[in-house]
Amino acid sequence: MAEPIAVLSSRYDVPDAHTLEGYKREGGYSALPQALEIAPGDLVAMVKEAGLRGRGGAGFPTGVKWSFMPKGTGKPTYLVVNADESEPGTFKDRELMERDPFQLLEGIAIACHALESERAFIYIRGEYLFPGMRLEEAMTEAYAAGYLGDDILGSGVNVHVTLHYGAGAYICGEETALLDSLEGRRGQPRLRPPFPAVAGLYASPTAVNNVESIANVPWIVERGVDWYKSLGTEKSAGTKLVCVSGEVKRPGNYEWPMGATFREIIETSCEGMLDGREVRFFAPGGSSTPLLTAEHLDVELDFDAVAAAGSLLGTAALMVYSDKTSVVEAARNWTKFYEHESCGKCTPCREGTFWLSQVYDRMLSGGGRPQDLQILDEVCDNIFGRSFCALGDAATSPIKSSLKYFRDEYEHLVEHGRLPDGLEPHAGIITDNAARHRPTDFAQPATVRAGSLR
Amino acid sequence: MFSEQLRGRAEALVDRYPQKRSALLPLLHLVQHADGHISEDGIAECAELLELTKAEVGAVATFYTMYKRGEMGRHLVSVCTSFSCAVRGGAEVYDRLKAKLGLAQNETSADGSITLEHAECLGNCEGAPLVTVDYLNYECQSVADAEALVDAILAGETLPPPTRGPVPPGIREASYRLAGLGPVEDADGPIARAAAKAEGHHGGPTPAATAPSGPGWVAPEVIPTFSEAEVAEREAAKAAVRAAGLDPEDVAGAGGPSAREFPSRDPDFEAQEPGTAPGEKPGRSAAGIPGAGAAPEDDPRTEEQVEAEGDEESTDG
Ligand SMILES: Cc1cc2nc3c(=O)[nH]c(=O)nc-3n(C[C@H](O)[C@H](O)[C@H](O)COP(=O)(O)O)c2cc1C
Ligand code: SF4
Ligand code: FES
Repeated sequence: MAEPIAVLSSRYDVPDAHTLEGYKREGGYSALPQALEIAPGDLVAMVKEAGLRGRGGAGFPTGVKWSFMPKGTGKPTYLVVNADESEPGTFKDRELMERDPFQLLEGIAIACHALESERAFIYIRGEYLFPGMRLEEAMTEAYAAGYLGDDILGSGVNVHVTLHYGAGAYICGEETALLDSLEGRRGQPRLRPPFPAVAGLYASPTAVNNVESIANVPWIVERGVDWYKSLGTEKSAGTKLVCVSGEVKRPGNYEWPMGATFREIIETSCEGMLDGREVRFFAPGGSSTPLLTAEHLDVELDFDAVAAAGSLLGTAALMVYSDKTSVVEAARNWTKFYEHESCGKCTPCREGTFWLSQVYDRMLSGGGRPQDLQILDEVCDNIFGRSFCALGDAATSPIKSSLKYFRDEYEHLVEHGRLPDGLEPHAGIITDNAARHRPTDFAQPATVRAGSLR
Repeated sequence: MFSEQLRGRAEALVDRYPQKRSALLPLLHLVQHADGHISEDGIAECAELLELTKAEVGAVATFYTMYKRGEMGRHLVSVCTSFSCAVRGGAEVYDRLKAKLGLAQNETSADGSITLEHAECLGNCEGAPLVTVDYLNYECQSVADAEALVDAILAGETLPPPTRGPVPPGIREASYRLAGLGPVEDADGPIARAAAKAEGHHGGPTPAATAPSGPGWVAPEVIPTFSEAEVAEREAAKAAVRAAGLDPEDVAGAGGPSAREFPSRDPDFEAQEPGTAPGEKPGRSAAGIPGAGAAPEDDPRTEEQVEAEGDEESTDG
């Protein structure tokens, strides 16, 4: 039995953790002085040794990524923090930046030291106005107290951070599209190689890392590699912020060690499903990860275990839906998302998502035809592996997996022109379950220090 | 169009980045602050500030959802209709607000107080259904709650505080914040000053402005795919051009002798097959970059890590 654990989220309950005073009182900024004593190369080795894997979706080992960064190129080295968080169902980075922004800034300072980079950018999605404000206040305090800027804490290390708001495009979470966007272009993915580690921002060596990945770094430095490895599983070390949404009693962010099962998370942290509902299907890591069913609730939170179950851990955005919810409507909703967010660079994704969405509209308006299932399947096959970036592949995940597990619902819809009985039609016209359960009672920030925006 | 004061701040934004063009997204937010939408004038001004063409700026502005082509009302109301919100009533909230206001996606009420939109997941799914006003979040909004919120906006009343962040100040003020300049009324305050601290600190020489086809672009080595006879013919043509007192380079674009000298293969594309790219730069495989030639012999990575690298290409977040 795994137990929930508070590491990254350990200060979430502290009302003033977003101030320098609160952060330091709760043990913050104890890792940075230690890290500044360690040689950059040793820090990279430490992060590698700890087995930290990227929390942005791909699970790529962070230390390994850092070790790819060439040295002595004569160009500056950059750290770009990916705070674009737009994957449907994902809200872990928002909460982290809102409640504990210094944790990220401390991680950035350490990462910059490790990478010998003097300049970091935080690319935050434009809709995250309040988390951005919290970060700006935190940066102001950190600069004033010498935790950022030139010669931080008298170590001779310079770290400058710029917060950069995006403008509403999911694709800008993809690392190369993010870099193009940060350079003031349309956010469209680049061909790789060259990888960002070699030619990233301004064609200079660049590390792109997720907010949560960076926030793990101070803990590794402070508590040590062994402690970090003791959390979680052999190949997925550490803890994970799990964002649960959908039809559970208490949706929210919960931190669990890797290796916990989805059932434990739903039952312990979320207190189960809304009354009278059973798990029917869930996405383990956001809409881009293939759906799993009630049978898979005992799968462990671990990059490899979830992959073995036929899905992906992604961002660990657990979206749980019940026996009253139509999987076809879910798939249509996500398909519309990908259709809207496709950047248009490559044909399979740009055209394919459009046609998929047309087929869903036709089926759900009662005009489905028997060959529609095959059309969905074939269009997905023509997108998957043939599109320029992973967004195209992701668009096929909910469709392929729902066809695999819930073909009967599709067949019923096509045959009768309506969803099977017992499913609530037209997701959204369900008002009885708009329950006001909050993960915690302090949704209202105790002090909004920005006062007002004006 | 920027006022003189805003113009100064716009210039400061440009200075903040190692390369000018990076300031484009913030500048476009600033245009929305000044004009309530992406105006023709605003595009022209960004183009001038960044030494770009208006078409280049326009192409960027139309890519991003938050840049609006029509003038926005005082407040922007966004309703999340992604699935975790939809199952808890988000789609219903949007439908009812639409009917109540008589507005469709991105339309503004006649009195100029509200612009309505539905949005993809706004990253607050635990508070479903989510409604934001000027990007500040009101969580768990039933239809009645959302209607009351909209009524308050229509009546010009002060809004109730959102569940996260300060009371929505209006979309123009929010846009100023999104430009990264700190609070409007405190333009030279601590936040604005801290944000400006990074100015000039590029961690080394300012990287050269990038080549025409984008960052990371390297001039591909031209691989001649012409027969010797063709090469001879081309050289003869070039010689003729020179004899006429012209530079062959200049005539090239106009269909001159070197017009066919485009690379027939894209070296970068070929480089996806490890080590097979014609003209592949040696530095890459030496750096151990996945997919770029053989990994170094003393590869410290375990098998899983190497596999995980492959995954990075096919998975996503
Ligand atoms: C379509 C798409 C969207 C993505 N969105 C995000 C995102 O919002 N945040 C994020 O951290 N990574 C996102 N990623 C993953 C990034 O490309 C990249 O792998 C990640 O930022 C690397 O950081 P990490 O190694 O710390 O995980 C996305 C990838 C794709 C293909
Ligand atoms: S797969 Fe989609 S998002 Fe990715 S490059 Fe192609 S069109 Fe753009
Ligand atoms: S689904 Fe509405 S905020 Fe995520």
